[in-house]
Amino acid sequence: MSRLGPLFDTLRAQNRRALIPYLVAGDPDEALTVPLMHSLVAAGADIIEVGVPFSDPMSEGPTIQKGHERALEGGTSLLSTLALVKQFRETNSETPLVLMGYANPLERKGYAAVADACAEAGIDGLITVDLPPEEVADMNTELQRRNIDNIFLISPTTSDERIVTITAQASGFIYYVALKGVTGAGHLDTDAVEAHLATIREHTDLPVAVGFGIKDANTAATVAGCADAVVVGSALVDLVAKDLIAGGSHDSAISGAQSLISSIRNGVNLATSN
Amino acid sequence: MTIDINPDLYAQVPDEHGRYGIYGGKFVAETLMSALAELEALYNHLKDDPVFLREFDLDLAHYVGRPSPLYEAARWSDMIGGARIYLKREDLNHTGAHKVNNTIGQALLAKYMGKKRVIAETGAGQHGVASATVAARLGLECHVFMGAEDVKRQSLNVYRMKLLGAQVVPVTSGSKTLKDAMNEALRDWVTNVDNTFYIIGTVAGPHPYPMLVRDFQSVIGREARAQSLAMTGKLPDALVACVGGGSNAIGLFHPFLSDNEVAMYGVEAGGKGVETGEHAAPLSAGIPGVLHGNRTYLMQDENGQIMHTHSVSAGLDYPGVGPEHSWLKDIGRVNYVDATDTEALAAFHRVTRIEGIMPALETAHALAYAEKLAAEMTPDQHIIVNLSGRGDKDILTVAEIDGIDLGAS
Ligand SMILES: Cc1ncc(COP(=O)(O)O)c(C=O)c1O
Repeated sequence: MSRLGPLFDTLRAQNRRALIPYLVAGDPDEALTVPLMHSLVAAGADIIEVGVPFSDPMSEGPTIQKGHERALEGGTSLLSTLALVKQFRETNSETPLVLMGYANPLERKGYAAVADACAEAGIDGLITVDLPPEEVADMNTELQRRNIDNIFLISPTTSDERIVTITAQASGFIYYVALKGVTGAGHLDTDAVEAHLATIREHTDLPVAVGFGIKDANTAATVAGCADAVVVGSALVDLVAKDLIAGGSHDSAISGAQSLISSIRNGVNLATSN
Repeated sequence: MTIDINPDLYAQVPDEHGRYGIYGGKFVAETLMSALAELEALYNHLKDDPVFLREFDLDLAHYVGRPSPLYEAARWSDMIGGARIYLKREDLNHTGAHKVNNTIGQALLAKYMGKKRVIAETGAGQHGVASATVAARLGLECHVFMGAEDVKRQSLNVYRMKLLGAQVVPVTSGSKTLKDAMNEALRDWVTNVDNTFYIIGTVAGPHPYPMLVRDFQSVIGREARAQSLAMTGKLPDALVACVGGGSNAIGLFHPFLSDNEVAMYGVEAGGKGVETGEHAAPLSAGIPGVLHGNRTYLMQDENGQIMHTHSVSAGLDYPGVGPEHSWLKDIGRVNYVDATDTEALAAFHRVTRIEGIMPALETAHALAYAEKLAAEMTPDQHIIVNLSGRGDKDILTVAEIDGIDLGAS
């Protein structure tokens, strides 16, 4: 079993919500990634979503696109991302890790080989943006054989009928994409999110994480009022970019990331404190 | 070369999952799946609807100017001294290329869906111009995404789009060419999916796009088939078309696929030579993978990153190709070959001087290969080349390569 199920069981028992930061592996260089991951855990992250750099990240807004470009310039690939994950696992065997990326790097290496490499590195789940339910079956079979969860996305445009099909295949958690748009967009409508989550919960007991459009403690607090987990991506990737501008010692990125994640952690905790 | 393929095979693709063998499919983010399903349902309903088809045919006749002529390039054929070459004159269409056949069709779909905003990606600018044109005619808001590199090299078409009232959005990510324009168009579509129709310009993208673009462009091959029979009393021995995403090629080829005696050649952009790695020839030198919603041959590195491409022609400068072409390659029905920048430029000048027809640089790749092919054939044999577009848009590029200062800036 992946680490995701037990983690959510524990959190539910404690009436806590999960905080899931997203970073791009190798952004701006591979030296930052593992220390940054440890610092995120120290600041209150429950799960880390590790972005696999891709040349054509179709669902990303400008901030995360640039993160992918920086990582690719440094030569980070799917395999070197997994090497970083392995390094993280040397001193952390508890925090669930989810890879988020695009189909082509998986296609290139072969689904079975990728699933093997993920299992060996200690990956718990995979989100592949451009493998919707219609296309993910072969990959999911390989993942299930190795007890890795395929994390399905549900969006504001997903029909009830599709929600039924998706939840029937899903494990780990459901990732609800909170808005029609790309990552980092600024038009989150929390009432609409709440209504959609209610619909999703009619069909599944799986935890539901909400991502896209959450950038600070306030939005995180509101979303955590109805979600099991909150994903923060662009705001964190933006800090890394600023670190680069500041000279790239990485200290500023790590301390900036810690204060961002701590403050969002407080926001998330507020949602369940009364 | 003899082809022995079951002629009924072609009607079976795509299957209900949008697959052409292992190629095609719907590899997009969940947010777009419902929009694709809606488009697919509408198109499946309309594609045999006499009212819709009549509307499409009337637009092609009265607005585009179809049928386009099939013209025997007599002087050029004499010069080569081999097979007779016939040019299917898509350059004479309104807006100057085959692209408009498809935008007329998709604009009708947008109208049936009640969408008031259309978006498009463009490389050479021909699809952007064709989209801006139909948008102007139907009073739709139009945004065209174009790589910043292409905005520079196709400045005439950029201005045409602006004159037509479209907003041209330069794309500065990645390689700043067609593939990045398509990424950006997909991002816009995800954001504005409720009110926006995405007019994809070639037989790529997620299902049902490769199918419906093929169907709209197949008017080229249907006309050419009838024209060939009327003019020469027989089918052509060979068909030649350039392949960027592959829409003009599939449009010409598709109505002939079951005619095993007709050989077919899709000509990719060889750039500086396929052996140099600086080209845009995924079928000649690529590996299957997933990009822009479908599985197809792609130019990619060993980590699955999409590679930068090179071609003198913006419209061929794309690392992927429509999924049906990938399938046609694998089953051996179509031969995929290439022509280099240098060969294409030479053909551009030759056909301009000998026939008084100035082809687009994309088209010039097909002409370059046709010349070689004709030379190996005999005068009783016929080749039809898809003259996919006219070259006015390219004269600044050609002048620059030839070292001529037009004093324009
Ligand atoms: C005149 C012309 N021919 C060919 C192409 C290549 O596209 P396709 O392969 O889809 O026909 C273009 C694309 O811009 C074009 O403008």
